[in-house]
Amino acid sequence: MSNEDSELSPPVGADDHVSGNAAAPITLVEYGDYQCPYCAMAYAVVKELQRELGDSLRLVFRNMPLANVHPHAEAAAEAAEAVAEQGRFWEMHDLLYENQRDLGDAALARYATQAGADETAFSAALQGGAPRARVQRDLESALRSGANGTPTFFINGERYDGSWQLEPFLENLRSLLDD
Amino acid sequence: MSTQPSATSLPASALQRGDGAPEFALPATPDQIVRLSEIRGPVVLIFYPADWSPVCGDELSMFEAATGLFAGHGAQLIGISVDSSWCHLAYKADRKLSFPLLADFHPKGAVAKSYGVFREDDDTTERAIFVLDAQHSIAWSYVSPVGISPGVDGALRAVEALS
Repeated sequence: MSNEDSELSPPVGADDHVSGNAAAPITLVEYGDYQCPYCAMAYAVVKELQRELGDSLRLVFRNMPLANVHPHAEAAAEAAEAVAEQGRFWEMHDLLYENQRDLGDAALARYATQAGADETAFSAALQGGAPRARVQRDLESALRSGANGTPTFFINGERYDGSWQLEPFLENLRSLLDD
Repeated sequence: MSTQPSATSLPASALQRGDGAPEFALPATPDQIVRLSEIRGPVVLIFYPADWSPVCGDELSMFEAATGLFAGHGAQLIGISVDSSWCHLAYKADRKLSFPLLADFHPKGAVAKSYGVFREDDDTTERAIFVLDAQHSIAWSYVSPVGISPGVDGALRAVEALS
């Protein structure tokens, strides 16, 4: 029962937000917080990884809002999940990271519309509470999987404690393709 | 925290499962003392090197996010470092941490020494977690490389295994 073998729990499933080739040899799961400045830096790095690795990489994003240090993080995550109900998760995810300086409620509603979501359905989804439940479920899975800060990455199910700066991260992922 | 001892150099001195948890009385604030023997139920002791360091911030924020899961098993979280209670007061307010941070400040690191996790090299403590059962015997302990935040999963599984 050590922390050293921290493994993703639950594994990637049908409920997850997935981008990229479903049959890719590498699955990268990111637990992220929309208000975390490091996650915004990692957002740019991950975009570059996707460009470099193409069909070899499948990306999954799960919510890990740390409310004690990021007061808007939960609302932003819930907004992304509400937009996801209309099939526009990744559009919203990108808008949130690209506009991290303003994650107030009015801004969140604006980004939802920009992402292509219907405003009324977006509000109704938020009020229904399913996005909130989803975010809390993701957060619990982060805690149980041994996520240790924002962001935390899992590569093919195992926690990655190496650098997520572009070059070392890319090198690490490429080494998996050589095997 | 750039010096990262390898996994093989982790201290053999850290108390282990089955050891009794040494009693302590440490300030939580400049005018409030917390005694281990006065805490009912399981306890999770989180020794960390320093307030304000980035890795420690990540580690404690993860525990803060998990307070509900630990509370569900009646377990009390407690952070301990060699910082003073004044420093803890500012840090706790800034990070909005709901669990106590105890000051193992004077004599410096005395409690960390009694748990076998004081770092003589830099006068701080190891990044160590002890899960104590309701009788305050150590049910699980873990020492992480100083530069790596451990996550809460191991402690959570240990607490869940108690009940």
